[in-house]
Amino acid sequence: MKIKDSIEGCFQLMGGDFTNAGTASSELKSILSKLGVSQEVVRRAAIAAFEAEMNVIIHAVAGTMHYVVSSEEVRITLTDMGPGIQDIELAMQEGYSTAPDWVREMGWGAGMGLPNIKKNADRFKIDSVMGEGTTLEIVIYTRKD
Amino acid sequence: MLKVNDIIEKIGLDIRVSGDMYKHVTGCYISDLLSDVMAHSKDGELWITLQTHPNIVAVAVIKGLSCIVITNGRLPEPDTVKKAESENITILTTPKTTFETAGLLYNLLRSE
Repeated sequence: MKIKDSIEGCFQLMGGDFTNAGTASSELKSILSKLGVSQEVVRRAAIAAFEAEMNVIIHAVAGTMHYVVSSEEVRITLTDMGPGIQDIELAMQEGYSTAPDWVREMGWGAGMGLPNIKKNADRFKIDSVMGEGTTLEIVIYTRKD
Repeated sequence: MLKVNDIIEKIGLDIRVSGDMYKHVTGCYISDLLSDVMAHSKDGELWITLQTHPNIVAVAVIKGLSCIVITNGRLPEPDTVKKAESENITILTTPKTTFETAGLLYNLLRSE
């Protein structure tokens, strides 16, 4: 990969905007590919970003997806104005979800999102304040060693 | 390896959105749970689902799936068609059930 300095950018996310869901993650995927990040890292970053983007669209009013790409890592930070997560440990359990029924009918809200993000990240951190919002930090190493 | 257009011809699927027809079909994944597809489908697989809303296109883009097949006579929503056209994702439909479609596809992919 030929990145000298770090490259960064930001996407705005609108809560409830299911029609455009995935646009930010698709764009991030193509940005990473163009930067010459390895396919495996692109794949993992795109999956983690998309699951996190869906969480903002399903649960929050609005949010942002910020990314920084360096020769060391891809760092994706999602900050939302949402309800917050009451029990992060519970939310991390596969199968646990607070999504409403109509979202489940769309095939989301199976309680697989956060575990799937964790699985694809090398480092993963959640900070949440009830009634204010949630911040997710996803880091994927670009170096193989 | 079979391409999307080979599959369409051999098992008789209706084309709703014509994307990259020469994409290789590496296998098949079947699920109506989008997070399950996000977690378990693999690059190049054909995806059979009952879901018709626009998010299926985003899943196919992110996961690099070769095409989407909607079964049971269901049709993609207009917004789904628009999104698939702009993202160059092929959407196919069939009046057959998921079971029948999967069976035909299984035999086809195994015979290759």
